[in-house]
Amino acid sequence: MGHEHKLEIFRGLWKFKSNVSKIWGVFFFLCAVTAVEVVLGIMKPEWATEPRFLAMKLINWIFIILTLVKAYYITWDFMHQRDETKGLRRSVVWTAIFLICYLILILLIEGDYIFDVYKENYIKFNF
Amino acid sequence: MEATVAKTGTEGKTWGGGNRPLNASYGKMMMWFFIVSDALTFSGFIAAYGFSRFKFIDAWPIADEVFTHVPFLHGVPAPMYYVAFMTLVLIFSSVTMVLAVDAGHKMQKNKVIWYMFFTIIGGAIFVGSQAWEWATFIKGDYGAVETKGGKILQFLDTEGERVAIASFAEHLPSERVTHESKNGIWYDSEAETRTSYSYEEVKAGFLANENLLIRTQYLNEKGEPTVLSRKESVDKLVNDGRLVVEGANLKRNEYGHPLFADFFFFITGFHGFHVFSGVVINCIIFFNVIIGTYERRKSYEMVEKVGLYWHFVDLVWVFVFTFFYLV
Repeated sequence: MGHEHKLEIFRGLWKFKSNVSKIWGVFFFLCAVTAVEVVLGIMKPEWATEPRFLAMKLINWIFIILTLVKAYYITWDFMHQRDETKGLRRSVVWTAIFLICYLILILLIEGDYIFDVYKENYIKFNF
Repeated sequence: MEATVAKTGTEGKTWGGGNRPLNASYGKMMMWFFIVSDALTFSGFIAAYGFSRFKFIDAWPIADEVFTHVPFLHGVPAPMYYVAFMTLVLIFSSVTMVLAVDAGHKMQKNKVIWYMFFTIIGGAIFVGSQAWEWATFIKGDYGAVETKGGKILQFLDTEGERVAIASFAEHLPSERVTHESKNGIWYDSEAETRTSYSYEEVKAGFLANENLLIRTQYLNEKGEPTVLSRKESVDKLVNDGRLVVEGANLKRNEYGHPLFADFFFFITGFHGFHVFSGVVINCIIFFNVIIGTYERRKSYEMVEKVGLYWHFVDLVWVFVFTFFYLV
């Protein structure tokens, strides 16, 4: 809660004097990450759109990882998970992460399978 | 420490929330319960979007070509800039919210009021932008033709630039006759909306203009929509075309697969509803701060709880932004 704030981000690389300055620091970091995403999204450089990794373009992996980085700092610093007890943090974060990963894994594999059925068989676009 | 502990009359009552498991108050714990379950709901939606997209991975609309508008800059293609602006507005309103929480811990009433005020303004700007984005998407810009198989054909000139159907469709005289039950047609009612040109008019205009080509929604190996030659284009339009699509709704979508529009409306709509309710809850807390409710309670924990919800809305947007506009 409000009493004690942990004032270090990036594993202690960046220390702040007060909670308010930490909030602004995190804000500028989030803006910088968003700016990188937007610039990559508009320019679509070849080095990122050509190579593929695990069935996706490299650029999409970059976007997803940057999104997770932003989500981490929003949850940890804006929602104060950094200052909560380990038990609360873990029960919130790991429950969600486990269920979401499971859901995404099944649905994307199933979607890819249906894509193959459409492509290699005689059914087209019927739902 | 004392200043931040809510005294809500439940002290010592185990089942009334008097205890503090995991060192979090009852209210905050419940807010985290809600956030986890709501996060799973949103994940369900976004994963379903991923499922449908993987099903039609070679024919999915490219977001850059769909969302190219910025208010007051009519006709200037500017992909992503406006959504980036919306994202920044929402992140900034998150910052003012967390500053309000911080000021609340220090019992600085006036600061809390101002920061809450800016948070509400930010939320209102975001909801307004979202409404504008919807309106632009529903209106559409170039128009397209839908085939008998439900696929979308878009029009290009020989330079590869998109061409609006209004710029080449011909005006054909047509008669509109009211159906009457005495003629035996009582079941066929008029569509809710009519497109500004009929399929026949677009077809006539297309055949008259030699420099027009058709683009299908299938992506080639470079990830760009396939462009047909003039002969293939004519064949495709004449044999397969069925009706004109302008803009997007839940059944048809001039930008490509109708599921894209369905998920866009559903997910951004559900998120927009969260932002809207967040603004309403923020307003309630804002007035409570002004009339001094939390000053008397000697705790601004309510601001922190509504703040958690507000940050969650921001968190969801970060994901919606990535999966609808970037990936």
